[in-house]
Amino acid sequence: MNDNNNHNDKIIIKGLNFYYGSKQALYNVTIAVKENEVTALIGPSGCGKTTFLRCLNRMHDLYAGNRYEGEIILDNANILDKGLDLIKLRSKIGMVFQKPTPFPMSVFDNIAFGLKLNGISKKSELAALVEKALKDSALWDEIKDRLNESALSLSGGQQQRLCIARAIAVQPDVILMDEPCSALDPVATAKIEDMMTELKRNYTVVIVTHNMQQAARVSEWTGFFMMGEVKEFDKTQKIFTTPSNQMTEDYITGRFG
Amino acid sequence: MSKRYLMRRVFNCAALSGSLLCAVFGIFFLFWILKDVFSSGIGAMDMAFFTELPSPPGVAGGGLANAIWGTVLITGMATVIGVPAGILAGTYLSEYGRKKRFASVVRFLCDILVSAPSIVIGIFVYAVLVKPFKGFSAVAGALALAIIMLPVVVRTAEEMLKLVPDATREAALALGAPHWKVTLQVVYRGAFRGIITGVMLAVARISGETAPLLFTSFNNAFWNSNITEPTASLTVTIFNYAMGPYDDWHAKAWGGAFIITFTVLFINILSRLLLRGRTGS
Repeated sequence: MNDNNNHNDKIIIKGLNFYYGSKQALYNVTIAVKENEVTALIGPSGCGKTTFLRCLNRMHDLYAGNRYEGEIILDNANILDKGLDLIKLRSKIGMVFQKPTPFPMSVFDNIAFGLKLNGISKKSELAALVEKALKDSALWDEIKDRLNESALSLSGGQQQRLCIARAIAVQPDVILMDEPCSALDPVATAKIEDMMTELKRNYTVVIVTHNMQQAARVSEWTGFFMMGEVKEFDKTQKIFTTPSNQMTEDYITGRFG
Repeated sequence: MSKRYLMRRVFNCAALSGSLLCAVFGIFFLFWILKDVFSSGIGAMDMAFFTELPSPPGVAGGGLANAIWGTVLITGMATVIGVPAGILAGTYLSEYGRKKRFASVVRFLCDILVSAPSIVIGIFVYAVLVKPFKGFSAVAGALALAIIMLPVVVRTAEEMLKLVPDATREAALALGAPHWKVTLQVVYRGAFRGIITGVMLAVARISGETAPLLFTSFNNAFWNSNITEPTASLTVTIFNYAMGPYDDWHAKAWGGAFIITFTVLFINILSRLLLRGRTGS
């Protein structure tokens, strides 16, 4: 956990402002997401964590009237540039949502969907990659006999792990997780947290969570959001033991929020 | 037992029996119609009814083969015209034009068109297709029925597509899928059963239409394979035969009513089952 600062910056966010129409939701967010580490975003509801997360893959572009200011640098390019190829960006940055979002198709096709988008069409290759993704998400043993069943027939926890498998199957650089365990029971949550420790070997992970313990357990870095601002961003250990901001301390000790 | 509690129970009982009575009132007439159509129509069912042409007025025997074929033909053509257009328009409303002004205008017009009297649509097609080309035809009939089914298909397709959660769309887009692929491969798949159900109900609805056909496909006592010629249909035949003076015609009209009513009933039940399969499991 408390290794040296030897990880590179994967995503550098500089002076990010975000507006839903005329309403500003993020104020001058400036943080750096480290490569191959887990960055947790915490803060009370409506503080802008999810809004921030959805800036990182430009999800806000789906809805009219949203506006960004500032810079988000990924691989030396500003992903907020107007001419950016969103399809390319999103194949580099995977996302897992609050509620499981299985597609209405078989378990196999769910994972193959992203692979096919990347031009993989050979059956044997697809099968191998689907198997790999399911093994990486520790789901293979549980559902290897159910690959042709509808993904909707899986349990909630399995569906969520399937969504993670689907996201990592296309081998993105970064995985965004928006409260991935909030709809799951503690057992399923534990499984997903275990996965995260595995995931960071190959991926950079940014996770929004309402669960303080979860942030403390899985992340190396923690950002505390409040009213659209980052109040404190530091090593997780530091945030949870000796936070420098009074508000952070109040929040993580449960005095408000 | 307090007085208030007693009053509540009395009100509850009254409301319950009131609504039960209304339900029975509705069902009563439905079953009465079904029973009459069944008992009067079943007698006309024989092979000749399905295979032979109508006999000359006053002569017993013969069948309504041409009218059955005509109804299938006209309804089929209407479906081929109306369903693709309806599904595509519904897709626009749900996937592309959600908050656009144009979409809300289309939506509004659809709702008006749904409640437009079908005879008005018949007269419209008469004016634009029958009169200029100087002749009734199956094509004109099909167009009228297609216009009637179009708004129904548009609105059900839109509603069914909207039932697919936005998070599912976002998840597909977040994988780097282009919008059209998300619609085609993910959203359609989720809404498939619902849309099919809507299409079936729309087909059931138009297969019972009479008024618009009177102005468009008119009628024909003979076999007709040319879709630009007047074409018989079950509903118009029922209308003519029921008005006619011969007992045999009346029997045939009941037979036609029997076929249409129970086909529509069958389609309705089938679509119910399909929709149930969607929510179950």
